[in-house]
Amino acid sequence: MDVHHIARLANLKLPPKQTEKFQSQFDETLSAIAAINKLDTKNTPPTSQVTGQVNITREDKVDTSRVLSQSEAISQAPKSHNGYIVVPHVFE
Amino acid sequence: MTYSPVIGLEVHVELKTLSKMFCGCPADHFGKKPNTQTCPVCLGLPGALPVPNKKAIDWTLLIGLALDCQVNHHSKFDRKHYFYPDLPKGYQISQYDEPLCVNGHLTLSTSEESKATSEVTHSGSSDGENRVRINRVHLEEDTGKLIHAEVDGEKVSLVDFNRSGVPLVEIVTEADIHGSAAAKEFVKKIHQLIRDLGVSDCDMEKGSMRLEANISLSKDGTLPPYKVEVKNLNSFRFLGRAIDYEIARQKELLTRGQTPPQETRGWSEAKNQTFAQRSKEVAQRSKEEAQDYRYFPEPDIPPLVFSKEQIDAIRAKLPELPQMKAARFAKAYGLKPSVVTILTKTQASAAFFEAAVKEGQKVSLPPTVIANAMVNQRQAFKNPEDLVRHLQTQTQEKVSDKITLRQFIDQVITAHTQAVSDFKAQKPQAIGFLIGQIQRLSHGKADGKLVHQLLLERLESSR
Amino acid sequence: MSLNKLTLTQAIKNLQAKKCSAFELVKACLDQINRYDSKIHAFLELNQDALKEAKLADNQRRDNSSPLLGIPIAIKDNFLTQNLPTTAASKVLEGYLPQYESTVTRKLKEAGAIIIGKTNMDAWAHGSSTESSDFGPTLNPWNTQFLPGGSSGGSTAAVAADMCIAAIGSETAGSIRLPAAWCGVTGFKPTYGRVSRYGVIAMASSTDSPGPIAKTVEDCAFLTQIIGGFDPYDATSSSNPVPLLTLSKAKVKTKLKIGLPKEYLEAMNQETKALVHEAIKVLQNQGHVIEPTSLISPKYAIGVYTIVQRSEVSSNLSRYDGIRYGQDRTKFGEEAIRRIMLGTFALSSGYYDQYYSKAQKVRTLIIEDFNQAFKKFDLIINPPSPGPALKIGASKNEPLFGEMQDMLVEPSSVAGLTGVSLPGGFVDGLPFGFGFVGPQFSEDKVLNIAHQYQQATDWHLRKPQL
Repeated sequence: MDVHHIARLANLKLPPKQTEKFQSQFDETLSAIAAINKLDTKNTPPTSQVTGQVNITREDKVDTSRVLSQSEAISQAPKSHNGYIVVPHVFE
Repeated sequence: MTYSPVIGLEVHVELKTLSKMFCGCPADHFGKKPNTQTCPVCLGLPGALPVPNKKAIDWTLLIGLALDCQVNHHSKFDRKHYFYPDLPKGYQISQYDEPLCVNGHLTLSTSEESKATSEVTHSGSSDGENRVRINRVHLEEDTGKLIHAEVDGEKVSLVDFNRSGVPLVEIVTEADIHGSAAAKEFVKKIHQLIRDLGVSDCDMEKGSMRLEANISLSKDGTLPPYKVEVKNLNSFRFLGRAIDYEIARQKELLTRGQTPPQETRGWSEAKNQTFAQRSKEVAQRSKEEAQDYRYFPEPDIPPLVFSKEQIDAIRAKLPELPQMKAARFAKAYGLKPSVVTILTKTQASAAFFEAAVKEGQKVSLPPTVIANAMVNQRQAFKNPEDLVRHLQTQTQEKVSDKITLRQFIDQVITAHTQAVSDFKAQKPQAIGFLIGQIQRLSHGKADGKLVHQLLLERLESSR
Repeated sequence: MSLNKLTLTQAIKNLQAKKCSAFELVKACLDQINRYDSKIHAFLELNQDALKEAKLADNQRRDNSSPLLGIPIAIKDNFLTQNLPTTAASKVLEGYLPQYESTVTRKLKEAGAIIIGKTNMDAWAHGSSTESSDFGPTLNPWNTQFLPGGSSGGSTAAVAADMCIAAIGSETAGSIRLPAAWCGVTGFKPTYGRVSRYGVIAMASSTDSPGPIAKTVEDCAFLTQIIGGFDPYDATSSSNPVPLLTLSKAKVKTKLKIGLPKEYLEAMNQETKALVHEAIKVLQNQGHVIEPTSLISPKYAIGVYTIVQRSEVSSNLSRYDGIRYGQDRTKFGEEAIRRIMLGTFALSSGYYDQYYSKAQKVRTLIIEDFNQAFKKFDLIINPPSPGPALKIGASKNEPLFGEMQDMLVEPSSVAGLTGVSLPGGFVDGLPFGFGFVGPQFSEDKVLNIAHQYQQATDWHLRKPQL
C-alpha cells in the first residue's frame, strides 16, 4: 500500500514523521485481516445491507419542516459572505 | 489515410420534481437566494440520511423506456467519491454498475452528415438507419454551485447549496456519432423527447440540460488510443462548433504524427475554440488519482427491485413519442412517409389530425382525405370539427351528385360543339377546356376526378 | 437511597407517586456528576438548562404520552442535539452546534426526558476503550486504573457511577455491549434498523445501531420501546412494528433452546469461562436447555468487520472538510486517519475485489451461518468480551485493539442481529459481562431471557465504590 497515494485520495496530509509508523501499521493490519481469504466465496454473493428491505422511497413532496433558514444553514460555517459560504478560490 | 470522428455524448438533465432527490427541499433552485433551500441532508450535515424520491426514479425509468432501454430488475445507488467544495458529503450519490436503465437507442434521420464531412469519412454503416446506442440512463444528485468573486480584496469562491441534491439524470451514448450535425440532431431529439415526457424543462441557459462530448478520431477504422472530453457545452450550437473544432484540431495533431493527449477541455465562446481545462475532480489531485472514485453501494439506501409489472406500469405512462407515432400513423392510416413526416412534425398537428380522423369516422370520411387536406393546407381550420365539416360538404356534393354533374356535362357539350370535335380529333387540350367549363357551372365544387371520368364516358358513348 | 441510584423503572414510579420531584432527581444526578466526574470524565458537555427543564417537567401533567417526563438521560456525543454542542469526541467538530435534532433524542424529549449531558466516547466511535477521545479518556468507575471500554464508554460509566438514570449509546460492533460489560451495567443492541440512525454521526452505516444503556434489562426494554420504530428520515429503519417489550415469564416459552458456540468459549480465559458456566447453571435451573454448538470462527468476522467498517468510515468522514461546519481535515486524530486510510485503500481501484467485495461475501457466509444456528436454537450465548476491563493505555499503538476486543460481538454486528450484555460476575473486582444474541427482530426473546437471568442474580445490583 502506497500511503502517500492513499492519503492524496483521502484528502489527508500525513504528518511526515508518522508516515513510516502508519506504513508498518497498515501492513500489520492487512496481514491480520487476510484470514478471510481462506474462506471460499466463489458462489457467495456479497451482502452490503442486512435489512432485506427494498424500494424504500418517499413521495415527491416538499418537506418544509426540515428546510433551514439561510442564517441556520451558514451558522456553523467558518466563513460566509452575503448568504454564501466562502472557500478559497478554486478553478471551475 | 482517413480519419473518422468517433463521438459519444453525455447529457445531464435536471428533473423538475417538486422536491430534491434525497430530501424534501424544493428542487426549483433557479434564481433563489443562496442557501435558502437546504436541509441537513443536502447540506451534508453530520448524521443526515438520504431517502430517495420515488417520482425521480419513475421519471428516470420513463426516460429510459422512451429511449428503448432495458430496465435493470435490480438496481441500486452507489457513492462516488471526490473532494470539491460544491460536493457537501465528499461523495455524490450516483449509480455505478447497476444503473436504472441500459442498452437503449435513438434513431436519427439518415443524415447528410456522412457526405457533409467532406475529407473526413467514416466507416460507419450506410444502411440508411442511423442508430445511436444508449449505454445507460442513470440517476444521481446535482452538486451545489460555485461563484468566483473577490471578497475583502481576496480571490475566493462562494458556495450556494440550493442546487445540491436536485435529481439529475445522466444519459450516456455509445460512441456512435460521427459528426457535429448528427450530434446536434441527437441532443435536439433528446431535448424534444424529454420535454414531451414532461419530466424536465431542459433549459440549457438555466443549466437544467448540460452537454458533454467525448471526441476522438479513428485512424482507418481502428479504436482511437485516446479520448478528449469537452465539458460545459450549454447550447446545441456550441456543441456543434466544439465538435468541429476538435475534429480539426485533432486531425492536425494526428497528421503531424502526434497523438492528442487524453484530457478534459472546455469551450470558449469568445475564442470560438476548446481549451485544455483542469476538470474539477482533477483540480487538487494528480491524474493518477483523478479517476479513482472508490464507488461502493450506498449503505444508507436499500436496493431497488423492479418487477415486470412495475416496469409495465411505468411504460403505460409513456406518452406516444414522435418515432412511435410516425410508425403508427403509417400503419394504421395507410399514409405515405412524406405525409407522416409533415403530420407528426409537431404534437399539435398530430393531435389535430387524430381528432379529425375520429370526427371523420362519424361521417365515413377516410383518414387519407383528411391527411391530404392537412398536408395541402389550402385553408386553415380552427378545429378538427371545422375541417371535417368542410371536407364533408365538399365530398357530399361531389360524390352523391352524379345527376347534377351529368346535367352540367350535357349543358357544356351542347354549348361547345367545337371543343367536342377537337376532342374527337385527338386534341388533348380540349378535355381540359370542357372540365373548366363544367367547374364554372358548379362554382368550383365539382369533383375533378369524377367529372373527368363522367365526361370521358359521355364523350366515348357519343362517339 | 439517593435518588440518582434509582433505576429508570423506580424513578418513574417515584415521580408518579410524587415521592420525589423531577427537580430533585435531576439535581441528585448533577450533584453526583459534580462530585465524581472530574475523576471519571464521563461527560463532555452538561445541559445547563437541565434544572430549568426539570422544573418545567414538575409543572407538567403526567400522561401516557410523556412516560419519561422529568427523567435525566445521558446521551452519547455522536447524537445530534440542537441546543448542546455535538462533537463525537473529535476536535474536528469542536464547538459544533447542530442545526437539527437526532430522531432518538427527539423521541426521548417528546417522551418528556431531560438530556442531562453529552457523554464521552472514542473519537468518531472509533475504538473500544474511550481512550481515543480527543478530549481525554473516560476511566472505569470500578477502578480508575482501567478502561471503561468503548466506544460508548462515557454513557456506560455514567450509568455505572449513577450520574444519570439511564443513557443512550450506539453500537457498530460492540460499542454498547463491550463497555456495558466492562462497567457492569446492562447494554442492549437492538436489531440493525430497529432504531433510527437519523442524526447519529455515522461510523459504519451498515451496522450502526443506537441503543439503551441502563441499570436493568427492564429499563433497556422500556427505552427501546420509546426510541425504536420506523423513521421516514432513515431508509434503513425497519417498518416492522416494535412489539410491546413487556417482560414476564409468560412471554417466553418456558424452555428455550440456547446454543453455546465453542469458538466463542475458546476465546475466553479460565476465570471468565467459569463465570459463563455459572451463568449457564442459572439458566438451566430456570428450565432452559443449553447445548454446545459451532459457529464460523469470530476471527473471520474481524477481517470482515475491519474492512467493511473502515471502508464506510472513509466515506462517511469525507464530509468533514471544514467548509460548512467544524474544522478542516488536519484536525483528525491518528485513529481516524488510520481508519480513513485503510478504508480508502480497500475501496481503491484495483483492490476493491480483494478487500471490500471479499469482505462482503464472507459477511454473507456469517449471516448464513447464524441462520442455520437459529434453525436449531432460539438464542446463542454471547458474552461480549473475552475478559474484564483492560488497563489504561492498552489501546495505544494497537491499530486493531478495538477489533480484537470486540471479536465476540463482530459476527452478530455484521449480521445485524440483536444482543444484550448484562452483569455476570466479577474478576478481581472488575465486572464481567454475560450476554445473548438472537435473530433479527427477536428483541422480545433476548430481553426476556436476560430479564429472567437478572431476576435470579444480583450482579446488576452491585455498585462501584467511587
